[in-house]
Formats: sequence, C-alpha cells, structure tokens
Amino acid sequence: MSARQKTDGRKLTLYAAIAGLSIAAPFIMPNFYIQLSYLWLMVLFALTWDVVGGQMGYNSFGNIVFFGLGMYVTAVTQRDLYYTINEYATVAGRVDALTPRQYLTGLSLGLGMSAVAGVLLALILGVLVLRLRGHYFAISTLGIGFAAGDIAGGIDYIGAGSGLVTPVFPSGLGERGLFYYFLFLILAVAAFLTFKWIYSTRFGLAINAIRDDEDKAEAMGINTTRYKVLAWTVAAFFLALAGGATGNLIGFIDPVDTAFAGATFGVWMILMAILGGKGTIWGPVIGAVIFQITQELFWTFLLGWQRVALGALIIAIVVFFPQGIMGFVRHNWPELLGHRIEAREEEEAA
Amino acid sequence: MKNGGALLSVENVSKAFGGVVANNKISVNVPEGRIIGLIGPNGSGKTTLFNSIVGYHPIDAGSISFEGTEISALRVNDIARRGLLRTFQQTRVYGKMTCVQNMQISVPNAHESFATMFTKYPDEVMDKAEHLLEFVGLYSKRRLRAGDLSFGQQKLLEFAMALMNEPKLLLLDEPTAGINPTLINGLIERLKRANADLGITLFVIEHNMRVIMNLAEHIYCLAHGELLAEGRPDDIQNDQRVINAYLGAH
Repeated sequence: MSARQKTDGRKLTLYAAIAGLSIAAPFIMPNFYIQLSYLWLMVLFALTWDVVGGQMGYNSFGNIVFFGLGMYVTAVTQRDLYYTINEYATVAGRVDALTPRQYLTGLSLGLGMSAVAGVLLALILGVLVLRLRGHYFAISTLGIGFAAGDIAGGIDYIGAGSGLVTPVFPSGLGERGLFYYFLFLILAVAAFLTFKWIYSTRFGLAINAIRDDEDKAEAMGINTTRYKVLAWTVAAFFLALAGGATGNLIGFIDPVDTAFAGATFGVWMILMAILGGKGTIWGPVIGAVIFQITQELFWTFLLGWQRVALGALIIAIVVFFPQGIMGFVRHNWPELLGHRIEAREEEEAA
Repeated sequence: MKNGGALLSVENVSKAFGGVVANNKISVNVPEGRIIGLIGPNGSGKTTLFNSIVGYHPIDAGSISFEGTEISALRVNDIARRGLLRTFQQTRVYGKMTCVQNMQISVPNAHESFATMFTKYPDEVMDKAEHLLEFVGLYSKRRLRAGDLSFGQQKLLEFAMALMNEPKLLLLDEPTAGINPTLINGLIERLKRANADLGITLFVIEHNMRVIMNLAEHIYCLAHGELLAEGRPDDIQNDQRVINAYLGAH
C-alpha cells in the first residue's frame, strides 16, 4: 500500500466517523437538539466568514446582514403565503396555524427566496464596498451591520422593534428538534463541500492571490472585482439560508438580538475562524466546534461568569493561537497534516 | 496598424504629481520583437512612465497605444489581459502560496469566463509551470512558499510568472537589482532567450549599465522627467548629455 493510499484510507475513515457521529448525535443526546443545531450553525458562520476574511484576506464585520436578511425573508414568506399581517397576529402562536404541507411549502419557498435575496444583496454591496481595502473595508462593513439592525427595527411590515414570530411547527411533522438538526447538518455539509470544491479550482488560487497581493493580481490581468464579489456572494448564499433556518429554530426574530446580531454571532464567526485557523478548510470547522462546546460548558458550569470566561477565551485565542489551531499544528507538527504534495510528485517518489 | 509597426507607442505623455512633473511630453516607440532599454538617474521618471503605460494611474496629457489601440483610459487588468505586462521594482509575488501555485494563477486571463473560474488547471498548465520554473532555475524550490524565497529568487519567480502569462510585451522594472552578480549573466541570457525563442518584446528599466548595454538594441534616457537622449547603446554610452546627467551636471 503506497503512502498516498494510506492517507486516503485514513481520510475516508475520518469522514465516515464524522458522518456517523453527526447522524447519531441527536439520538444519543435527545435533550440537546438546539445546542447541536447551533453547533452546525457555528460551523456555517465560521466557514462563510473564512472565504472572504481568511482565504481572500478581506476582514468583514458585516456578514451578519446576509444572515439577518435571510431570517426575515424566510419568515415573511412563510407568513404572507397563507395570511395577511392582521390575521397572522391572531393565529401566530397556534400549532394548527399551518398544516404540515403548508409549513413545508412556506419554509422551502422562504429559504429559496432568502438565498436569492442574500445573493442579490451581496452583489450590490460587493460592487460598492469591495472597492475599499484593508481597514476601510472592515469599518464600512461594520457600519453596514449596525445600520441593518436599526433599519429592520423601523419597518412595521416585518414587526419593527417588537419583532416577528415564526410559524409554530405543526404536530404532524414529527420531532421539531430532529427536523431542524438535520436541516442545519445538511446546510453545513453542503457549505463545507462547496467551499472544499471551489478552493481546489482557479477560484481558490485567485482569492488567495488577492489576499497575498491584490495589486500584483491586477497587474497580472486577474479580474479581481469579479472574484471578490463572487466570493462574498457564495458566503451570502449560505448565510441567508442559515438565517432562514435559524429564525424558525428560535421561533422569534428580534432585529438586533437575533437577526442582525453583530455583537454576538457577528463577532463569534470571526473568532471561530481565527481560533481554528484562517484560510484553511478545516480550521473554521474545528474552531466552531471548540467554541460552541466551550461556550455551552461556560453556560453550564460558570453561570454568572460565562461572559467573563468567554472574554478570557477570546484573549487566550488571540495571544496563544494567532495563526489558529491549524496554523499551530502546521507549524509544530507539519507531518500530521501531510506536506501538501500534489499527485505527480508522489508518482516520482514511487 | 499606425505608427509603422510599433507594438507600443507612447506620444507626448505627461504626468505630474501635484507640482512635481514626473514625466514631461515623453515619446517612446517599442517595435515588435525587440529589446528596448530605459535608463536615467534616480527620480528621473522611469517607473512613473511604466505606471502610466500599464494603467496604474491616469495620464495628464498625451496618448499611449498598444497594437494600434489607445489604452491610456483602460484599467490595469484590462491592459494586462491584452498582453502588456509589467514586473515590479520591489518584487511582488504571492507570498503564502507555493511557487507552483504562483505559476498556475499566472496563466493568461484573456479568455477567462464565469465558467472557467470554477475549473481546475489542466495538466498542460502544470507542465508549463514546471518547465518555466526550470528555465529560471527554481525547479527544486517549486514546493516552497514564494515568501520563503530570497529576494533574488523571488525576482526570478516573478519573471517566470510573467512568462507564464504569455505577454506580447513585457515591461521589466530593474530585473537584475538585488540579484547575485554571478547570476546576472544567466539572467541576461534568459531575457534574451525569452525574446528570441518566445517572441516576447521587452522594454527594460535598468540601472546596471553593463546589463543594459549588453541587452538592449535601442535605449531611451530620461532625466528630470524629460527625454534626454535616445539611440543605439554605443551612442548613448558616449553621449555627453547622458554622462552629465549621471554625474549630476544636468
């Protein structure tokens, strides 16, 4: 067995183990549906942040807008498909407000609309904001994130500051927690596979080139604007879908605390990507898992101090893992990751 | 084609930064298939002229045409896709990517479309990348990160990346600066081969007189933002105005 077959075999075992664990987890720990769904949401956050923030080197503090937009678009679609706003107010909390069929139709149509809305917003914002570089880009996206929450809080159609209730999960559809757990699992896996694939194409090298030296990339004839906008669009697509699902998981949408939650989700997505290792495919996944588990432990065992503990964790991340876990491992035990060797060199060696 | 077969034609180009006139009515012709030199003391406006040609900044007056098409209003990457490429004085490579990746991403982008953005590179690209890395003597370093190479090696890598892009005209900004003197002869040889074998027209800024006299067939000399002299290397070398400019008498 060659070295390559051995690593392939090991990889296959690893993937199978992760898949098995992911599918079994909600049955092993039925009391933790929500937390487990959040785990996949965190993975989605970190992966989508990393495509622009890590692989392309554009630190965005405003990715949360796509998440919030998706959350509202899905909820509004679910509502408006079967009710007027006034009617909805009277039936909102009832289990029989929507039949299972109506619920599924509304949810899938809503998620589809969210994805479209997220992509369109990313195209528009991208063309405007991605002209800026470095700190200027970071600050402007921070502004977008703040503005979005305030704007949403002023629109009556989506419930303004008092928020919006998503339809209650109908009783005929089985276990609600299980349903959403698998929805988030599918989204996270789809995002992971999509990113893994596009990082292996020209697109991956092009956004890495933009990260390393954008002027050089332009001077070599790369259409940098197109790549930059597209990278943000892919992130927005998955974030909008995640947002639509999260609104239904929580059951209630607050413009600032859940939808455009820049101070929590918006910061966490950056931290998780940095913790795991920016600019790698596994880094954001590992970072998200560690972050989510640590956070749950803090809530359970350090109640009252959980925010202090989280703050300490953030400082520890920045001080001890400036390159992230993947960067740390690559630096100290490069053989663990296997030196990135392409196929033909191994043929030579064989 | 106008301008009698000139691949690049710069006519009366002026560029000022505030009150500093960096280029004043400069006219330069680069005929196809040749190696043309550009010399001048520090601050004479050579790099500014390069920047104007590749579209890095707008010009104040004059015209720049490439293959008979006016390019002075086009953007940097549009111009590069037409086959007019430049290398930088302060070497620029993609530091966190391997040499091979640096080469792969440098393939010509002229026919880049939405569909090709998400494809992998065919084997020919890899073959060509390795061939060119061998050509500049970096084959054994191909798996290293570009940022870990020495300055001189990065310069060679940048040159190989430019060749990978298959330009018609390559503007080289001080290709031998920072390169080990014993390697300079090899580099001159490679530049000449790129010109003769690959058919790439070269327009070279160079401070090393020995290099430029060996390399170029025709030389332009700038001083204080103005075109001071032009001619064959021998004539330039003996031109009293050029000698004065370099000795600071101008």
